[in-house]
Amino acid sequence: MSELTKLTIADARDKLAAKEITAVELTQSCLDAIEAADALGAFVHKTPEVALDQAKAADARIASGTAAPMTGIPLGIKDLFCTKGVNSQAASAILDGFKPEYESTITQQLFDAGAVMLGKLNMDEFAMGSSNETSTYGNAVNPWRRGNDDTALTPGGSSGGSASAVSADLCLGATGTDTGGSIRQPAAFTGIVGLKPTYGRCSRWGVVAFASSLDQAGPMVKSVRDAAIMGAAMMGHDPKDSTSADLPVPDFEAMLTGDIKGKVIGIPKEYRMDGMPDEIETLWADGAAMLKDAGAELRDISLPHTKYALPAYYVIAPAEASSNLARYDGVRFGHRAKLSQGDGINEMYEKTRAEGFGPEVQRRVMIGTYVLSAGFYDAYYNRARKVRALIKKDFEDVFASGVDAILTPATPSAAFGLGEMADADPVQMYLNDVFTVTVNLAGLPGISVPTGVDRQGLPLGLQLIGQPWEEGDLLNTAYALENAAGFMEKPQRWW
Amino acid sequence: MSIDTETARRVAKLARIAVPDENLPKLAEDLSGILDFMEQLNEVDVDGVEPMTSVTPMRLKRREDVVTDGDQQPAVLANAPDAREGFFAVPKVVE
Repeated sequence: MSELTKLTIADARDKLAAKEITAVELTQSCLDAIEAADALGAFVHKTPEVALDQAKAADARIASGTAAPMTGIPLGIKDLFCTKGVNSQAASAILDGFKPEYESTITQQLFDAGAVMLGKLNMDEFAMGSSNETSTYGNAVNPWRRGNDDTALTPGGSSGGSASAVSADLCLGATGTDTGGSIRQPAAFTGIVGLKPTYGRCSRWGVVAFASSLDQAGPMVKSVRDAAIMGAAMMGHDPKDSTSADLPVPDFEAMLTGDIKGKVIGIPKEYRMDGMPDEIETLWADGAAMLKDAGAELRDISLPHTKYALPAYYVIAPAEASSNLARYDGVRFGHRAKLSQGDGINEMYEKTRAEGFGPEVQRRVMIGTYVLSAGFYDAYYNRARKVRALIKKDFEDVFASGVDAILTPATPSAAFGLGEMADADPVQMYLNDVFTVTVNLAGLPGISVPTGVDRQGLPLGLQLIGQPWEEGDLLNTAYALENAAGFMEKPQRWW
Repeated sequence: MSIDTETARRVAKLARIAVPDENLPKLAEDLSGILDFMEQLNEVDVDGVEPMTSVTPMRLKRREDVVTDGDQQPAVLANAPDAREGFFAVPKVVE
């Protein structure tokens, strides 16, 4: 297997600029790696022709001296992003065969910067899940295993294909989306870096909507520097998304000094959960010590409404999903059920949606329908939105008191086995998001950084939470943590 | 709050998802479990708190009320399961 696919985006950019490698060589190496990795279930639609055309164009651009940092960088694109003429199905049977007539703003920005699309990546259906087990394409598999045990593990979700592909060096970076932790949890499960920007940083236009007030796209990559490079290329104002922030995107990479002297890092007591594994506890304490050694001041803080984040999320996200997913009606795109003699339009809707949506999506749409229905709207939906306001205020109070960033575990455990949660009730699966979901509710930027491995050799990550719009500062703190942790482990190739 | 099979049937109807009768008890059980989990929200004192409407307070941008796009009929219909003569085709809606 070629070593080229193991490059970081930063290294590849430098080698491309120095003419040591070409974009076509780099892209071909990735395509070869992808062909040999079907067992991972990461790439669900491969686009080698598109990739090689884009790579040739990138080489020409590099030769002409007009390259951008992402020029010639081969990426995987989560299936949630609409890509013109290329299947974009949100991993759902209801969008079977859907080929958008338009390009999402984020992929357009990446292509304008010269990036190369290798194909579309597996995910949980409509981004609803924490294990990539709800996908219509079948499971994505984690390249990591527990020692010599060949149990197939989840790469996490919903951006499971993105995490698996980056971790296994099938691509240099991937797009992800994060509604309750769907970038940060899979990044932690696979030993990579995942950044969820501030709500409004990345345009949502052309990204299949799950819960519009929570959804935010971001990069999934091999290093914090790569998150800075790829993140900047994904962000920016878009008139086509009314919640897109009209703010300049700074040069994040230039802000990576690693100097965090005097920064105040909050350690929230509410994130110390009962029954949390010792290894997570130790990882967290070690991470805090690393930041202290790097010159930061640690401060114990309280985010009193943390406990209510998950229940609030599981009211708000399904409510928004039930509205967003109303568009899948068998009329304008995707699947339509075969109808019986005499079936009218309601039968068409009901049969189409029953056939097209998987069980978890059906469950969430129905929960959303229930909490928005007459008589329950105030008791559930409005109450959840009030609690959300309190959760956001918790963070505002902490930041106002001088805290620069907050350090927490990224996940309550390492990657679990595919199928291990099959008999658990849905709420058990939801607990995966316990440390990440607060960040979406408050609209803040968060990043997951791999900092260690557990007893079985599986990667574990820590999460840093930053102030709104301060991704640059957050990335620099993450950079200091990454440097101190020196996480170098890679999965042993078995696929 | 526990959901009985009749409520589950009603919710499925509202959501326009066909659920066979034999699956309703399991659906009711699942939905009840999730709603029980949400009951925790009743512990929070939310007196005087405004429900959040926008996570990042900003003024919605305005633009001129003019046509910016159009004439895309083939593109609009390209993915339709059934399109005829420039329209989306559906089963009979009105008797």
